Amino acid sequence: MLFALAFLALGAVVTLLINHHDPIVSWLGAGSVVVAAVLGSIPAVQVMAGSSLVERFRMPWPIPMGEFFIEIDPLTAWFLLPTLLLSALSAIYGVGYLRRWQGRRGLGPVWSFYCLLVLSMTLVLLARNGMLFLFAWEVMAVASFFLVTFEHESESVREAGWIYLVATHLGTAFLLAFFLLLARDTGSMDFTVWAAKGVQAQRLASILFLLAVIGFGTKAGFMPLHVWLPEAHPAAPSHVSALMSGVMIKTGIYGLLRTFTFLGAPPLWWGWGLIAIGLTSGVLGVLFALAQHDLKRLLAYHSVENIGIITLGLGAGLLGVSTGSPVLIVLGFGGGLLHVVNHALFKGLLFLGAGAVLHGAGTREIDHLGGLLKRMPWTAATFLIGAVAISGLPPLNGFVSEFLIFLGAFKGGISAGGAIAVPLFALIAGLALIGGLAAACFTKAFGIVFLGEPRSEHASHAHEADWTMRLPMLILAVGCILIGLFAPVVVGSLKTVLENITKLQPATVSGNLAATTSPLSFIVLGAALFLTLLAVLILLRRHLLARRRVEADITWGCGYAQPTARMQYTASSFAQPLTDLFGPLLGTKKKISPPHGLFPEEAALKTTTPDISHEQMYRPVFERINEWLSRLHWVQHGKVQLYVLYIAVTLIVLLVWKLR
Amino acid sequence: MQGTNIILVLVVLTNLKLLGSSRVGSSIRVVAAQGVVLGLLPILAHAHEISWRYAGLAVGTVALKGIVFPWFLFRAVREAEVAREIEPFVGYVASLLAGVSILAVSFWMCTRLPMPEAIASAWLAPVAIFSIFAGLFLIVSRKRAVSQVLGFLVLENGVYTFGVGVAPQASLLVEAGVLLDVFVAVFVMGITIFHINREFDHIDTDRLSSLKD
Repeated sequence: MLFALAFLALGAVVTLLINHHDPIVSWLGAGSVVVAAVLGSIPAVQVMAGSSLVERFRMPWPIPMGEFFIEIDPLTAWFLLPTLLLSALSAIYGVGYLRRWQGRRGLGPVWSFYCLLVLSMTLVLLARNGMLFLFAWEVMAVASFFLVTFEHESESVREAGWIYLVATHLGTAFLLAFFLLLARDTGSMDFTVWAAKGVQAQRLASILFLLAVIGFGTKAGFMPLHVWLPEAHPAAPSHVSALMSGVMIKTGIYGLLRTFTFLGAPPLWWGWGLIAIGLTSGVLGVLFALAQHDLKRLLAYHSVENIGIITLGLGAGLLGVSTGSPVLIVLGFGGGLLHVVNHALFKGLLFLGAGAVLHGAGTREIDHLGGLLKRMPWTAATFLIGAVAISGLPPLNGFVSEFLIFLGAFKGGISAGGAIAVPLFALIAGLALIGGLAAACFTKAFGIVFLGEPRSEHASHAHEADWTMRLPMLILAVGCILIGLFAPVVVGSLKTVLENITKLQPATVSGNLAATTSPLSFIVLGAALFLTLLAVLILLRRHLLARRRVEADITWGCGYAQPTARMQYTASSFAQPLTDLFGPLLGTKKKISPPHGLFPEEAALKTTTPDISHEQMYRPVFERINEWLSRLHWVQHGKVQLYVLYIAVTLIVLLVWKLR
Repeated sequence: MQGTNIILVLVVLTNLKLLGSSRVGSSIRVVAAQGVVLGLLPILAHAHEISWRYAGLAVGTVALKGIVFPWFLFRAVREAEVAREIEPFVGYVASLLAGVSILAVSFWMCTRLPMPEAIASAWLAPVAIFSIFAGLFLIVSRKRAVSQVLGFLVLENGVYTFGVGVAPQASLLVEAGVLLDVFVAVFVMGITIFHINREFDHIDTDRLSSLKD
């Protein structure tokens, strides 16, 4: 593991040094990430397989209360594997994706920060010391900030980077308070001490829980705290968005899970709170996604939605812990954890696909695309797999994890009283709604982008991505299918990590997991049958049509003499019934100038859906703060002498105050 | 002990001279002299245990503070064509009076400060603090960029004085590090002065406020 970390650090330094040697710097950067990923996966897989050989390394670190203490336990390993996999694949993809900038600017910094981001994410997962964790957390935030602002020439990218930086630091502020309170209570910064002692005082535990939810939730993207996601993800280069959305935001979930191991027995309202957060994030996330016109922004909102689903799983698990219901614990946490991996796979895949579209067609506007299925068959096929997976349809992987959460909520809800059953049934209803809306949203995204006819010049000249970009997408797509098809096996592998975090008897865990095997196998079998049937039908059709002449016409041609691409459905029109239904929640603004007269000449429709919490919550608050602080503007006058005077006066006042 | 005290008195006198002088050229020379005198401090303060470390530190200090920095600054001054500080924020007489009161305050402060046992001279801490504050005062009250660099050097000399005086306690490595910092800082400032002069035809820092955000 240490070798892996060293490789990443080396990559970060070397790529920075050979800034301008274009193809070499890309391959070196990607190469060091891939090597590190391979090296790092080995111990992680060993731990997952239940090996007693837990890797552990400690070294003194000259920072107050700090120690370089890293360890791989099953929880870390579970998050580490998708992180390393997606990092490596995105790095390979990045080689092709960044080729566009070759010669125009040095690619050293972007690769250096990429290595640094992977390094810091790995360290966040490995760290067992509070200071080390916070340190890695900050490096992660800063490295990703520089990656987001890669295209800093554009105003909107700088704005996005700024929002991200502010949001992530506000989150860190809460985490700092969280760690300091924990350290004061236990007198140590050591995770193992925290986990062993636990927090005894119920009130303190609840305060810590709230701090952790806000702090980690900002990174994960819980609904009112998610504002940076829809800004930063579209702004970043696509392979970075894939990495950030696929795994970086999961460090927030990891932090929360790790926190639960410190805090002792949870009261009921923690579970309720998480379920409420999950429902808000999930439902609102997918609704806002439905209303977007920018492909990557749409995907960013889907990250909010999926984080919501994961949180639902965690909430159900916490309810289980409070009430001592093993089935809820196992299936709730298990579903949430599995969804972490699944989301890393399919969201990584979708962002890479969106990047390929952007790369090939030069635009992210859904309404300017169309007909890419014929021009970019590989991208289209893998994107379709990702879309089906994220909509939670069998037999792909998204279905498996959502199914676990469903099953847990059903089983837990039926046998429990009102206080447990009500949130659980709300969870079931909400999850079903989320799944349906996600399917609608991806029908829109896939249909408008890849089907039909090109809606603009850009789209009609789109070209397929090269192999460095296709290969990662292909691997991720295969991963989605494999997890779906081998669902019972994958669910079984949750055993180690669940035993690790829930402290339940191994027999209880495996018993509850085994109970899901039969319905899962049944569904997988059904899906396999369906796919076979489909394949047979396709073959049959081909056979029947083999001797006949088949005429292909443009899509939506409808036999018109001169059909145009503008006669097609657009993204807005496709989503309109749903966005109208949820209008009060979304606050979509429409500007319509309807056609007039018998031969109308001009007509226009423009819809925008600004983020509700950004507009209603943060903007007023930040404007007020800005107004208030601008009164202090006279302090900054540009006179060097007075600046030094400030320092001198501060020093003297402190000195005199101390000596008094 | 005697030698140390003489050096400390010289440091105080040079500081006062700096506060009261308007000619840039002579100020640079005074700072150079102060640097050379301070270079002798580690040898005299630890006369009973002469070692290579102290000798090396002394040589390095004299070379940098006595030769390299002045040469740099003279070059910058020649290129920017400044002969004297004009219209400082605080006049020379007032500066001198301020300097004397800073000296008094420093001595008062050191009666209240807990001191390490093995300090070379009782005057060491007050003089060090006086140098630090005098340097800050120079930076705050003068307009020419060159005068501010000089103030910065005096400030650093104060830090150095204290560091050398208690050298057995504080690591010499730290001292060497500070020296390196100052070297880089003066280097950068020399270049900056040159560029400010080229862009603006003057090096009055109070007129650079148009550069603020």
